[in-house]
Amino acid sequence: MNWLLDLTPDEWNAVRLSIKVATVAMLASLPPGIAIALLLARGQFWGKTLLNGVVHLPLILPPVVTGYLLLLTFGKRGPAGAFLAEYFGLVFSFRWTGAALACGVMGFPLMVRAIRLSIEAVDRKMEAAAGTLGANPLWVFGTITLPLILPGLIAGSILAFAKAMGEFGATITFVSNIPNETQTLPSAIYTFTQVPGGDEGALRLTLISIVISMAALVASEVLARRVGRRMDVE
Amino acid sequence: MSVLVDIGHRLGDFAIDVRFESAGRLTALFGASGSGKTTLINMIAGLIRPDKGRIEVEGRVLVDTDAGIFVPKHKRRIGMVFQDARLFPHMSVMSNLRYGRWFTPAKERYADMEAVVELLGIGPLLGRRPAKLSGGEKQRVAIGRALLASPGLLLMDEPLASLDEARKAEILPYIERLRDETKIPIVYVSHSVAEVARLASDVVMLAQGKVVASGPTEAVMQRLDLLPVEERGEGGAVLDTKVLRHDEAFGMTVLGSAAGEIRVPRLAMKPGAPVRIRIRARDVMIATEKPTGLSALNILPGVIVAINPGEGPTVEIGIDCHGATVLARITEQSRQALRLRLGGKIFAVVKTVSFDRANTSAGLPVEADG
Repeated sequence: MNWLLDLTPDEWNAVRLSIKVATVAMLASLPPGIAIALLLARGQFWGKTLLNGVVHLPLILPPVVTGYLLLLTFGKRGPAGAFLAEYFGLVFSFRWTGAALACGVMGFPLMVRAIRLSIEAVDRKMEAAAGTLGANPLWVFGTITLPLILPGLIAGSILAFAKAMGEFGATITFVSNIPNETQTLPSAIYTFTQVPGGDEGALRLTLISIVISMAALVASEVLARRVGRRMDVE
Repeated sequence: MSVLVDIGHRLGDFAIDVRFESAGRLTALFGASGSGKTTLINMIAGLIRPDKGRIEVEGRVLVDTDAGIFVPKHKRRIGMVFQDARLFPHMSVMSNLRYGRWFTPAKERYADMEAVVELLGIGPLLGRRPAKLSGGEKQRVAIGRALLASPGLLLMDEPLASLDEARKAEILPYIERLRDETKIPIVYVSHSVAEVARLASDVVMLAQGKVVASGPTEAVMQRLDLLPVEERGEGGAVLDTKVLRHDEAFGMTVLGSAAGEIRVPRLAMKPGAPVRIRIRARDVMIATEKPTGLSALNILPGVIVAINPGEGPTVEIGIDCHGATVLARITEQSRQALRLRLGGKIFAVVKTVSFDRANTSAGLPVEADG
């Protein structure tokens, strides 16, 4: 056990950074994830198929391509990157925020899929009933739709988190592999495998990866079960 | 109170073209499935937008397509009880009940939680989840939830249709109390003669998207020919009567009606209490002279005022018994054998045992009628 936990400062940083990046990626994806899932589940508009395709793109493109596209758009000289840096002071290139962005984008299709499915499963008659009781559409969403899709939100979030923990290609392409800044667990493991005698470190970090992913999975199971019991859907 | 609906709407091949106005305390929209009654009630609730027309409740215009008015459902303050209850599964019964209160402006809140809980007998259910309730309990909670939003009108869309007979019998008295003890006007959608005859003060009868009859329940229910085919056997005269006295020796109650005294199985009601009875046309026999040596206890003298061809071998005879109309369904063969014709003096014979819980009930309080 000591052998496992006896990490070098750099390794600790990689673990901490990975958890931070994955958490931020997951939380930041949630609002747009819900919005896009709602649009796809219920919207009737021109270009819906196109939107669906764009959302799913990170799932089918090679991660390196996604990372490169992010570099082009959100890099220092990219249109979005320059804009965000100038007006919001939000810099992505070669920062942990960039790693979070890359992880968020890669996990986004998984999150949207899970939320969309749960929205499609919501009985819209419940929402109509809430409307006749005086709730305006915003309240209906907050008090009926959102609680009813909670299991989908949890599932989607955990998927996005797990995907972010494992993201490698897009991250390393977009923000490189800088210790303490953008070196997440997969990048750190990769680095270990590239140097002689790095096997032990790679194995340690691999085991830690497994533990974190399993913990996330178990947490989601417990949460989902608790929500399910509370709901007792008829 | 009044409800005015004047609507033209098209759903594929099906056209709804309906105009009615009702000031009754419980107005039944009555018709076979597919007659458009649920579409109509959904329009009043604001769940469906009619192609053209006008809807007014208590003088408030909710829909006027000419003027471009369409009040959204959450601003109508119209309570709705759905056939499938639609309780929110993620909330307790208590939270379900409280839901509408949040959205009711304080000065418009008239519904009182304790009173509603007591009226519907749902006190023991408050802490439970909707999934743990029986069908009848769910429906009572759904009624309470709609009431507690303090609506100006209560809509009920076949609230009993998905329940078995025992559950129906459990809920009917609560709906009667609702009708008699609260001031909220009710529009009630149903395809059941038994429910409509028992509950409604006014009936709007629909067929194929059109109003075929409307008015006070006793009058509309005379039109046996308009009843949905599968409900024809239940059709019959609806009479508002009063308990005169009880015959304890034989376990019967004597009711006073315009047609004369009517003996029914013992009712748990005080003398003077209003009772509405439905005499099924198929339960009525006709005799040309006062029968003797007959077991049936109710023999009502009257005059034939209508003879209409019924289904198959039957004819439907309307009998005026001192102002109350009783309907009888007999065969054409009997009609010819007895030489029944308009204006003929006859006796309508009804067995006491043909009255049961389904066609005998607490009536509308007489003083408030009309």
